[in-house]
Amino acid sequence: MTTEVGPESEVKKESDNLGADTAKEKPKDEGKNQENQPSDPEEGKSSQSLPSADRRQRSPRHQKREKDPSESRGISRFIPPWLKKQKSYNLVVAKDGGDKKEPTQAVVEEQIVDKEEEDSLPEEERQAKGDAEETAQRRQLEVKVEVKEDKPSTSVAEPQPVKEASKEREEEKEEIQEEKTEVAVAKRETKEVQTNELRAEKESQKATKKAKTVQCRVTLLDGTEYSCDLEKRAKGQVLFDKVCEHLNLLEKDYFGLLFQENPEQKVFNMPSILDLPWLFTFNVKFYPPDPSQLTEDITRYFLCLQLRQDIASGRLPCSFVTHALLGSYTLQAELGDYDPEDPGHDDLSNFQFAPTQTKELEEKVAELHKIHRGLSPAQADSQFLENAKRLSMYGVDLHRAKDSEGVDIKLGVCANGLLIYKDRLRINRFAWPKILKISYKRSNFYIKVRPAELEQFESTIGFKLPKHRAAKRLWKVCVEHHTFYRLVSPEQPPKAKFLTLGSKFRYSGRTQAQTRQASILIDRPAPHFERTSSKRGSRSLDGTLIGVEDQSLMKEFSGPAEEAFAYGPGVVSAVGVQVEDSRRDVRSPTKALHVQLSEGKKSSLRVEGDNIYVRHSNLMLEDLDKAQEDILKHQASISELKRNFMESTPEPRPSEWEKRRITPLSLQTPGRKGDHLFKDILPTKEKPQMATAWAAEGGAEEADKKRSPESEGPCAGASDAVKSSHETLNIVEEKKRAEVGKDERVIIITEEMNGKELSPGSGPGDIRKVELLAPKDSTSLSSESSSSSSSIESEEDDVGEYRPHHRVMEGTIREEQEEYEEAEEEPGQAVKVVEREEAVPEASPVKQAGASAIPVETVTQENVVAPKLSGEKSINEGTIKQALSEETEEEQLKVNGEVSRVDIDVLPQIICCSEPPVVKTEMVTISDASQRTEIPTKQVPIVQTETRTITYEAPQVDGGAGGDSGTLLTAQTITSESVSTTTTTHITKTVKGGISETRIEKRIVITGDTDIDHDQALAQAIKEAREQHPDMSVTRVVVHKETELEEEGEE
Amino acid sequence: MGTPGEGLGRCSHALIRGVPESLGSGEGSGAGLPALDLAKAQREHGVLGGKLRQRLGLQLLELPPEESLPLGPLLGDTAVIQGDTALITRPWSPARRPEVDGVRKALQDLGLRIVEMGDENATLDGTDVLFTGREFFVGLSKWTNHRGAEIVADTFQDFAVSTVPVSGPSHLRSLCGMGGPRTVVAGSSEAAQKAVRAMAVLTNHPYTSLTLPDDAAADCLFLRPGLPGASPFLLHRGGGDLPTSQEALQKLTDVTLVPVSCSELEKVGAGLSSLCLVLSTRPHS
Repeated sequence: MTTEVGPESEVKKESDNLGADTAKEKPKDEGKNQENQPSDPEEGKSSQSLPSADRRQRSPRHQKREKDPSESRGISRFIPPWLKKQKSYNLVVAKDGGDKKEPTQAVVEEQIVDKEEEDSLPEEERQAKGDAEETAQRRQLEVKVEVKEDKPSTSVAEPQPVKEASKEREEEKEEIQEEKTEVAVAKRETKEVQTNELRAEKESQKATKKAKTVQCRVTLLDGTEYSCDLEKRAKGQVLFDKVCEHLNLLEKDYFGLLFQENPEQKVFNMPSILDLPWLFTFNVKFYPPDPSQLTEDITRYFLCLQLRQDIASGRLPCSFVTHALLGSYTLQAELGDYDPEDPGHDDLSNFQFAPTQTKELEEKVAELHKIHRGLSPAQADSQFLENAKRLSMYGVDLHRAKDSEGVDIKLGVCANGLLIYKDRLRINRFAWPKILKISYKRSNFYIKVRPAELEQFESTIGFKLPKHRAAKRLWKVCVEHHTFYRLVSPEQPPKAKFLTLGSKFRYSGRTQAQTRQASILIDRPAPHFERTSSKRGSRSLDGTLIGVEDQSLMKEFSGPAEEAFAYGPGVVSAVGVQVEDSRRDVRSPTKALHVQLSEGKKSSLRVEGDNIYVRHSNLMLEDLDKAQEDILKHQASISELKRNFMESTPEPRPSEWEKRRITPLSLQTPGRKGDHLFKDILPTKEKPQMATAWAAEGGAEEADKKRSPESEGPCAGASDAVKSSHETLNIVEEKKRAEVGKDERVIIITEEMNGKELSPGSGPGDIRKVELLAPKDSTSLSSESSSSSSSIESEEDDVGEYRPHHRVMEGTIREEQEEYEEAEEEPGQAVKVVEREEAVPEASPVKQAGASAIPVETVTQENVVAPKLSGEKSINEGTIKQALSEETEEEQLKVNGEVSRVDIDVLPQIICCSEPPVVKTEMVTISDASQRTEIPTKQVPIVQTETRTITYEAPQVDGGAGGDSGTLLTAQTITSESVSTTTTTHITKTVKGGISETRIEKRIVITGDTDIDHDQALAQAIKEAREQHPDMSVTRVVVHKETELEEEGEE
Repeated sequence: MGTPGEGLGRCSHALIRGVPESLGSGEGSGAGLPALDLAKAQREHGVLGGKLRQRLGLQLLELPPEESLPLGPLLGDTAVIQGDTALITRPWSPARRPEVDGVRKALQDLGLRIVEMGDENATLDGTDVLFTGREFFVGLSKWTNHRGAEIVADTFQDFAVSTVPVSGPSHLRSLCGMGGPRTVVAGSSEAAQKAVRAMAVLTNHPYTSLTLPDDAAADCLFLRPGLPGASPFLLHRGGGDLPTSQEALQKLTDVTLVPVSCSELEKVGAGLSSLCLVLSTRPHS
């Protein structure tokens, strides 16, 4: 604001230069004229020369929906970007002092040229509908600004224009604020401000010579506009990076800048900005097939915004029910819980849930909204995405074409390949693995496909596109999609050969695999961002602290954001983004890519007819070489490569929260298993060929499929604050002193992972079958485990994805160890019943496959499942007599664990009590410990657990478990905490029937963002426990994994 | 929308329609239908209804037979039901089009959202539509044309709708069916295998397939009555009808097999998918 007064004159000057005719209009007329003005090209043009900074904050979408045009200009909502700009301007001003004015002129001129270009393009925006309006509005705004400008005298005359204005009508306020913006802009231009702090140094040198900065405007997903100045020759990537920075978006590989030449065709492109109109749209470029794998909520949020657009525009068709459901999640995310008091929750006419919205739909939306009570915005977004991703047109990029017979069709490019639609019907599909080559020549687009089963030759299929450019565009989209979804890393652009024709364009961004990998490394607290109208803001589950400075920023922004809400409820409005935060956190890894990008682009500019061999990673190359080889071999090699791939690229793993929340996910993986099972079983008989038919398709896609388990299951919850996983290691050590000398060992391994998958398994029986096999196999140590599981699953064992987490676990366990030592001072004695409950460590590959793919555990499920499994085991093994009683014990232990957890704060140290503090639940436990066993000194064979050889030995129990509870001698609870772990040790001594028994129960709570490898954790814990207490035995190990949100389900 | 594939077979009600005497004479429609043993046909039909009600625990609604509509029992051709939506078809045979009226009424009474075909150029037999739980396949057969399929796509917009060429006189559903959420069962005839291959190409989802010796055996119904999580059933043609396919069906171990017979009605083209319509009145719960 300090600069306000000075530039006033400049503004005036500028306004003089500009269309003086339009300046005559009165502000009041604006509202009325709004409808007319857009249609008047003259006005639009005359206003073009205005610095467009004032326009940048316009949100066409908002305005479109706002009822009252006069209020529609709630500029206050745009303050954030403006403030931000202002800041940097000031900075620069101070720095660059007095500079010449020349460059300003240049800039203005360029803008003019540019705009004319814009205008000359009939439609350049994405939606036919939105286009006209948007443009119109932009123009209208321009006009408005001018109008204001002929009044500056007023504001100048006022000693405190801002304050004055604020007392007046909204309109006026806006005007003045716009003025200020204007001022800022003018000033900046005269001062030759640099666009970005990032590049400030670099450019400041160049800039002095020929500061050809131009202004770029980017329409963001929430409808706001972001604008910045770029060096004229800057690459699109620079702009893109700036936008991402502005949005505080790290997982940016799914997004892109888009400009549109006609409403049907989108072009994601980043050639030199030089060649383009200066108006961009920020969009999702690659729709993640499974949004739950995205690491950050903010990424999901932007994806939601995109999908809401897609749905409202009809590009993503869905049924009434789905419109209603998705709409209700939108409401939940933006408004929070349904509040009957709030009229905004019932009047939904400001939202657009569907292309054509009926009252009935709104009612249904409101009805469903009530059901979602309690869902956080992030959860609501996730649910939204879970439903949206299943829509058949999700992520399908449609291109109009004709087939060889001239019939109108559409080509849909998606993650899996190329889909051919006639009308709304899918009539053919070419999965990426089937496509050998993609090419275009003039307006023809060709794919060369692998010979079908029983066929000898490859065939080439041609499509006719409306224009050469359309064909090229389709070709590029195909190349990009193929690379992104299917390759591990982008191909290098072909080397220039002498007299080479054709495009060297290649997708040079990160592939999905790479971006997922990179996402693991995202290590920041969940960024706080403002959803449209939600006042609750983003939830941070694990209590992530938002930096103080961020908060202050948010405060600054919150005002405007709320006002925005007042103007246009429900409409996606300003996103409060933390500038500081983004600066700090954005390390643009893509920088390195710029070079590549630019190369690809340059060459792409001069191409006519192009060919490209689509190489499906290594495996496809192989196929090209020996295309006629039989499929089995092919598959084998795929698996091989698969393994390599898996080993080399650890995939992000979803946080527990994610995994748990999303049932389809868990259901999916078993399904895959079932598939393989079937494939193995079925073909043997009637029609081996049949099997290959599916397998050929499926087989070729195996890479995808196999990638998905790890990618879908274990995806990086790592740094996402919202979804911190929360692990509990519950180790109960039981010391018993017994008279009778007998050694007992019971090891129970409950395949909880698998079990869980089954029990809720709403049905698919085949899955069930496979799953049930697992426990069996495991008990017998994988002797026959391979029969039902294909080799593929065992390959999944090799996924290295848990590695990084091992380290974490080891660390935490070491800390626990100390706890153990303390605990050990307890006059410990002997006996061992080793009982591992739900130990995940697999004895069989099958199981591990399952486990690695879906380490989802829900405590509630566990309880349900456990009895079942144990029952089965006792059937299978016949050696465990006690399964049921143990189950009950387990539950009681849990209760204990809970209690001790409560004690955590109270008892930070070892406390020896002569008088046992009696806790009810403890009593229960003790009574349960009636399985007396004796034999002090015998060691539990550690080897068994470690090598995962599990033996079951019948526990010697005296019949009525829980009969007499004995006498409690002492009980103590020791708690210690470290950064990520809380260890609670519970020691009880009882005397029962002459047997004194010491029981140490240790509960370790590991809190962290990352997935924790249960196997490792358990193995470590058990091992260390044994080392600590050689004279005792581990009787029970329980692992809980839970997320904070769902704790209530536990007991 | 529910979990993909998990919505398959969810049902609370079944709808059947009695066998009219006109079907026994083979004259009713004048369409040259073969003569049937009416008593046997009715007996088999009755047993089917009994199984639906007692074995599967479904609410059974039986529409009364109408003499003017000899093929009325094949009401599977008259509607395509998914979730809360029922698309009333426009059967290829003009003589059969009045059949839809009674069915429409019944479905309406059950609270389904009724969608009409409207288009005079469209033909669609309900048994040309296979819903896998994740997507639709519509057989382009003698009975169903492209326009009919398009209306299916318009009606069920959440799902991909792919067209599958079906050669010969068959309906798609008389060649293949679902044996589970991810399992396609198909007959071994050339037509059936061709259809399944086409489907394999068209789908983005991984299915496995089970080939049965008899095409008719593939016309089975995967049903999941009752609460979510209840074990699913597979209503299929029993050993009396199709002895050679029974062994293969045993491979579907995740379902409770419920054999029924409809050998008599088969003579007029009936299969399990055409003899009953199943639906859930609370599809989204």
